[in-house]
Amino acid sequence: MYGLCDCNNFFASCERLFRPDLEGKPVIVLSNNDGCVIARSNEAKALGIGMGQPLYQVQRLVEQRHVTLFSANFALYGDISRRVMATLRALVPNTEVYSIDEAFFDLHGIGEPLDDYGRQIGRTIRRNTGIPVSIGIAPTKTLAKIASKLAKQYPKLDGCCYMHRRQDIEKVLATFPLRDIWGIGRRYGKLFDGMGIRTALQFVQLPQEWVHARMGVAGLRTWNELQGVECIAFEQMPARKQQITVSRSFPKEIESLAELDRIVAEFAAACAEKLRRQGSACREIICFIYTNRHREDQPQRYESGLATLAEPSASTIEIVKLARTVLQQIYRSGFGYKKAGVTLSEILPASQMQGSLFDPVDRQKQQRLMETMDRVNRTYGKGKIVLAAQGTHPFRMNREHLSPRYTTEWDELPVVKAE
Amino acid sequence: MKKENDNFTFYRPDTTTQREIPVAGGAVRAGFPSPADDFLELPLDLNRELVRNPASTFFVRVAGESMTGDGIGDGDLLVVDRSTEPHDGCIAICCLDGEFTVKRLKLEPDGVWLLPSNPAYKPIRATKSNDFRIWGVVRHVIKSFK
Repeated sequence: MYGLCDCNNFFASCERLFRPDLEGKPVIVLSNNDGCVIARSNEAKALGIGMGQPLYQVQRLVEQRHVTLFSANFALYGDISRRVMATLRALVPNTEVYSIDEAFFDLHGIGEPLDDYGRQIGRTIRRNTGIPVSIGIAPTKTLAKIASKLAKQYPKLDGCCYMHRRQDIEKVLATFPLRDIWGIGRRYGKLFDGMGIRTALQFVQLPQEWVHARMGVAGLRTWNELQGVECIAFEQMPARKQQITVSRSFPKEIESLAELDRIVAEFAAACAEKLRRQGSACREIICFIYTNRHREDQPQRYESGLATLAEPSASTIEIVKLARTVLQQIYRSGFGYKKAGVTLSEILPASQMQGSLFDPVDRQKQQRLMETMDRVNRTYGKGKIVLAAQGTHPFRMNREHLSPRYTTEWDELPVVKAE
Repeated sequence: MKKENDNFTFYRPDTTTQREIPVAGGAVRAGFPSPADDFLELPLDLNRELVRNPASTFFVRVAGESMTGDGIGDGDLLVVDRSTEPHDGCIAICCLDGEFTVKRLKLEPDGVWLLPSNPAYKPIRATKSNDFRIWGVVRHVIKSFK
């Protein structure tokens, strides 16, 4: 059996942990730059605030119903996530962290009753970290995901849904929306809507050959997993990311190439640092710039360009240089750009980098330089050593509603009254 | 944490805390060996002593004088462990009507007394009509002298 531990309204729950005055009140967390809603407490969901909605669309509701806003505080969420995962790890034989607020776990060899076991896990995480979680337990990872959603939906399950009998699973699939199944999503949602296939059970009843032909091996895997056939293996080690992206929307539209150039250099440098942290190198660099799609009165442009490195590299110097070259190629004056980003792809382990006889770059020297730079920045704080192209004033996000870093900064600890 | 297969047992190292491990003997020279070599022990680690369970331990700062009788003063640092079960007589961080407060608890069947340890302050009684929760149990207080 597999389990999925999913934190309820994770970012909102993190904020509320240190704000007892907000218990039972509507809370929303906004994306970088305070643009869109990325987390909602149950009370905020009940007001009809949608996931991903731009802030300006819900502004009136926020004022009328006294919804508390938070800017995304990833220093806090990252630390609380580590605590949740560490607590889970101590309770089960193996875990696979799937995202900041979700982890699969392996229950092979653990005796029944597994639903009691799951509830115990949920209660312990809630008590030790303060974060409410929903636990789903089922024969496959895809079914465990469904079970965790049911645990969240039905309070009488007391935080854990154990779904293992064939007839129970079929009953659930008969009503479960196909769109919400792991691996279906938006990509195939439209296709099935058009065919009138809405529930997971209808999907399972499709012929295997059809699923294979239309959706490939991945679709077949989902089809099998829904029937209790284990196809998606348990991965204990986080896989190396296949792509690394750093992108942001700007508080105001930017027209000038010089300004975009500096920002792209900063994003490329951040990508390169992430790349080195996972011990990888990359071969391709993509740079993109978008205008504001919410401003229909203005001319729109969505541009992206790709460049290939002669040799795979993890050097900030090379990656920034190439990203800036791409920007020069895709930039046109006369547009107000609202978003920019850099993506690294064709990622491979740094150990597999093959030297070329005619390589003009001294790789070992570059590597030593990068190691030194990373070490200085780790010890003395982010951004202490940067390339000149990044400038001296790093890109600031709009974060008007940022909460303290309660668990990672001595100066920002929670204060308790003794009065 | 371990994983077993047929022939071997694998143990995963715990790399969550840093410790210096003294290397026995040092350089081998033709001299008299250190008589302390047989008694090498690990240096003391305050993290291990004060933070039993890192995932459930939080640090908070005190504001106010109501707990001075327990040695908890304004500006002190408290080490709070949420995994410790609250018991009668423990010092805890509580949420009372939307505010964090630190007090000694007296647990009764129909309510909780929040007891200050400074005679200038009065005990507070939390009943069902209050919004009251215990947030975590205080395990240590750290004072710093200027």
